[in-house]
Amino acid sequence: MSIAAAQKKGFGAFLWDYLTTVDHKKIAHLYLIGGGFFFILGGLEAMFIRIQLIAPENDFISAGLYNEMFTMHGTTMIFLAAMPLLLGLMNAVMPLQIGARDVAFPFLNSLGFWLFMFGGILLNCSWFLGGAPDSGWTAYTPLSVESPTHGIDFYVLGLQISGAGTLIGGINFLVTIVTMRAPGMTYMRMPLFSWTTFVTSTLILFAFPALTVGLFLLMFDRMFGSAFFNVALGGNSVIWQHLFWIFGHPEVYILILPAFGVFSEVIPTFSKKRLFGYTAMVFATILIAFLGFMVWAHHMFTVGLGPVANAIFAIATMAIAVPTGIKIFNWLATMWGGSITINSAMLWALGFIPSFTIGGMTGVMLASAVADYQYHDSYFVVAHFHYVIVGGVVFGIFAGLHYWWPKMFGRILNEKLGKIGFWLFFIGFHLTFFIQHFLGLMGMPRRYWVFLEDQGLDTGNFISTIGTFLMAIAATIFLINIIYTAVKGEKPAGDPYDGRTLEWAIPSPPPYYNFKQLPLVRGLDPLWIEKMDGKGKMTPAEPLGDVHMPNGSILPFAMSLGFFVAGFGFIYQTDHQAWNLAIFVGMGIALGSMLIRSLKDDHGYHISKEELEREAD
Amino acid sequence: MTDNTNTNSFQKQKNKEEMKKQLITFALMIGFTIVAFSIVATNAMDKMFAVPLLLILALIQVGFQFYYFMHMKDRGHEFPAMMIYGGVFAALLTIAALVAIVWW
Repeated sequence: MSIAAAQKKGFGAFLWDYLTTVDHKKIAHLYLIGGGFFFILGGLEAMFIRIQLIAPENDFISAGLYNEMFTMHGTTMIFLAAMPLLLGLMNAVMPLQIGARDVAFPFLNSLGFWLFMFGGILLNCSWFLGGAPDSGWTAYTPLSVESPTHGIDFYVLGLQISGAGTLIGGINFLVTIVTMRAPGMTYMRMPLFSWTTFVTSTLILFAFPALTVGLFLLMFDRMFGSAFFNVALGGNSVIWQHLFWIFGHPEVYILILPAFGVFSEVIPTFSKKRLFGYTAMVFATILIAFLGFMVWAHHMFTVGLGPVANAIFAIATMAIAVPTGIKIFNWLATMWGGSITINSAMLWALGFIPSFTIGGMTGVMLASAVADYQYHDSYFVVAHFHYVIVGGVVFGIFAGLHYWWPKMFGRILNEKLGKIGFWLFFIGFHLTFFIQHFLGLMGMPRRYWVFLEDQGLDTGNFISTIGTFLMAIAATIFLINIIYTAVKGEKPAGDPYDGRTLEWAIPSPPPYYNFKQLPLVRGLDPLWIEKMDGKGKMTPAEPLGDVHMPNGSILPFAMSLGFFVAGFGFIYQTDHQAWNLAIFVGMGIALGSMLIRSLKDDHGYHISKEELEREAD
Repeated sequence: MTDNTNTNSFQKQKNKEEMKKQLITFALMIGFTIVAFSIVATNAMDKMFAVPLLLILALIQVGFQFYYFMHMKDRGHEFPAMMIYGGVFAALLTIAALVAIVWW
């Protein structure tokens, strides 16, 4: 973004600014808008599922459409809602927390977002083009190979494109944290949200290739006549399950670790205490990531891997409860004896602790391979993973949004609406999912379109659906809150919560170059140290000088658009050869954009020292 | 890392040693490649023996590549080393599991 572009008025210029931006703060806005859109979409799909199950033998939607609903609900929520919302928070906050002016590769940051967005749109185009994917978000073979519509093709190409975007984002964050920490910001002085961003990015780097490989194999089986998963031709359909879960289990830690990071920022700030057991928290995070790669087969206990494999994976899975428990106790100990402020962000953090602990407890139950034969593919599993993903990740996202909203948008979200929203969501969430544990134990299988009357499932399902409505109302209140805040919200000072970390040392929203002078970090919670020393602001680590900034570029958008077009080509070339044209055109756009990027030198621009001096502090 | 404008004798000495190491590694790698090719071409060994031997030769070459040509032995490369070994760990785990549970 150049200064001239920022000063242009009008909607066109505004739109162009966002399409070409490489500023991490604006890309964060884009991620939040994109992720928020898909969150609403996934929420609507959840509503349809629950309305279908409100009464026995209901026929609100047809069986086929129901399959598409739960498939797209899972896929959308995991890949297109939760992850982008977290990436949005990371983008907005992590560079500020480590005292950097931007991420290491601003261009790639933008490319990562647009790939995600176009992948998500491609996936959702399937609704209008003959049917969405319908074999579950796990797309188990051979079901997914046999699925007759183009739905699974959209799943494969959509996830491939958005997955590439996520991978790019992960690598970008890794390099940023390794190379761009402010002077004095050692690893063990990094705020915990930056730490979890770092560990999460490592997980993305190592886990996503397994998904990429799996998706390519599935793509070749469906489109080009290979037989990786076809048992009749010597393939093996269990390989898909392995590849998917080698990715899929780290994926759930990719979701939860950033949420842990958010709580580790929110709880100390509103308890007015430094995080209890910081070092233990860091190592617990790393340990969870490490163990996360050795537990994937606990999703496959009933496949028939044999008692030895099942036992190994069961024990490894139970071991994860240890670092997670360390974290829970550290948060409790942080609050112990603190001067606690209860506002919306803190409420979400407080609601998270019991909710997530219930999810963790059922997790240990599921980890027992023997007992799992009873729970497998029942609503007990559904209840478990919604307790950890909604009670952990979604609560974390809401806490983070409330906490950093003033930092990102320069307005404080309305507290009253925030608290009403929290309580409605909290009650609705437990109403929806707690009863599902018992539905599962009574034998209700997941992914079933209807259930029969008088089997003891009627009341439970009815209660569950009512809870969903409360969550929907709460989400609507949050949207109203956003609009209300944008119109009438109070404008905060730079540091409305008496914060501890570097992001609160600069104005809200931050200037586009973040730090006029890079700050000197003297310890953990650097801003708090300066406050306690009576100084109240950071000591600069460098004299005021020119700041080097990257230029904006439309190329990431063009590249992603190219892959999007080529995606359609790949999907439909099985129907008619003419669709190969779309592949050539799409890849032409994408590769052409890459060529331009490679050949055209773009050294960015400098903000001169005089210009920085003119800006008020 | 190397300051080109200020090459003192110490630096020169170091560069010389570095060059020597590079050349030795290069020669060794060529040697290993020739050995590997000739094992296969001449059918000199039993398959049971040749395959593990080729794998070991390949592993050594990968080590040379990383540590000498890509300078992982030098200071300031701890981080890339950690990430590479992390990736190797994740990949080996995948392969080991697929071999042990799916194909065995």
